[in-house]
Amino acid sequence: MVSSVVVSIGDVPVSLTTTDASLVALIERRFGRFLVTSARPAFHFDITVVAAGVLDADADLRVTATTDRWSLQRGDFSVQLDTSARRGWIRQTLNPYSIDSILRIVHTLILSTEGGFLLHASSAIRNGRAFLFTGPSGAGKTTLVGLAPGDVTVLTDEISYIRRTDRGYVAFGTPFAGDREESGEAVSAPVASLFRLEQTPENLQERLGAASAVRALMRNILFFTLDPALSTRLLDAACDFAAVVPAFRLGFTPDARVWKTIA
Amino acid sequence: MSDLFIARGERLAARKVAGEMVILSADDSSLFVLNAVGASIWEAADGGTPLETIVDDIICRQYEIDRDTALRDTIEFVKALEAQGVMRTSNGAMVEGGDASSSGEEVR
Repeated sequence: MVSSVVVSIGDVPVSLTTTDASLVALIERRFGRFLVTSARPAFHFDITVVAAGVLDADADLRVTATTDRWSLQRGDFSVQLDTSARRGWIRQTLNPYSIDSILRIVHTLILSTEGGFLLHASSAIRNGRAFLFTGPSGAGKTTLVGLAPGDVTVLTDEISYIRRTDRGYVAFGTPFAGDREESGEAVSAPVASLFRLEQTPENLQERLGAASAVRALMRNILFFTLDPALSTRLLDAACDFAAVVPAFRLGFTPDARVWKTIA
Repeated sequence: MSDLFIARGERLAARKVAGEMVILSADDSSLFVLNAVGASIWEAADGGTPLETIVDDIICRQYEIDRDTALRDTIEFVKALEAQGVMRTSNGAMVEGGDASSSGEEVR
């Protein structure tokens, strides 16, 4: 029996159709908060589940993107996407991780055309505004949102979703989880500020200059392929963001007092 | 006398941010940040202006530094950037390779 589910991340609904009931169950479990029924999908994917061994299991990720065709290949999946038809075909083994990776890559490519990006950052909403916390692994992204008080809504502990809209930059929740293996909430809010995390003996907050903010962004924006046109768009996206969103260095000791200064 | 000419590298994206030049390589996603002096040299590296002229007109005019030191430091700087694929040098004039946007656009 053919089943379709629609996963909407960043207000971009993506329809996933397959005959494999086990895969549908995996998708529903992993993306539960992001499943929608009424939205008109922006992209359609047909998924065929293949046995391990059909694909080259050792293959590293390879992404090629031209104007009208994207191709994603990895040991556990193979994807072709016709961007003008907004239709794609996925061959993958039965596991919950392939579609997670495929959606990250697809959204990265979608966002790169409109000045947005996925960022290695946790993010959360407080008082109707979104705060982003970026840094390398171990900087405290997951720890910080784990310490958030009850009035804070966690958008993600791992991968933040940033869109540029008519009303400025907006952060959306994502199901892309880090160490906590916990999906964010499917809500959004205008971005108030960006914090570059580091662990320090005392809590501190210092304004970062635009160049430092761009550096922090460029080190943490996700991209899976790079050509001169895409690198220009990415750098533009980071610079445009840094020009309007205030950025801070946030040093913190891992306890909840750090949230006193984030509001 | 030096007849060195310099040009910006290829397959790079560059934007000027608060006086610094942020450069991203499309080949290996390396990120380079040039300070204000470096940004001035980068912007002047059109492949057709001799390095000595760049040093005279931009470095010596903007910064308090003697010409010999400025020239020596600038050559060392551009050679280091050349080793990273960010700059090209030649003993003759080069046709400008990058597109117009590669000279960077100011962001404040």
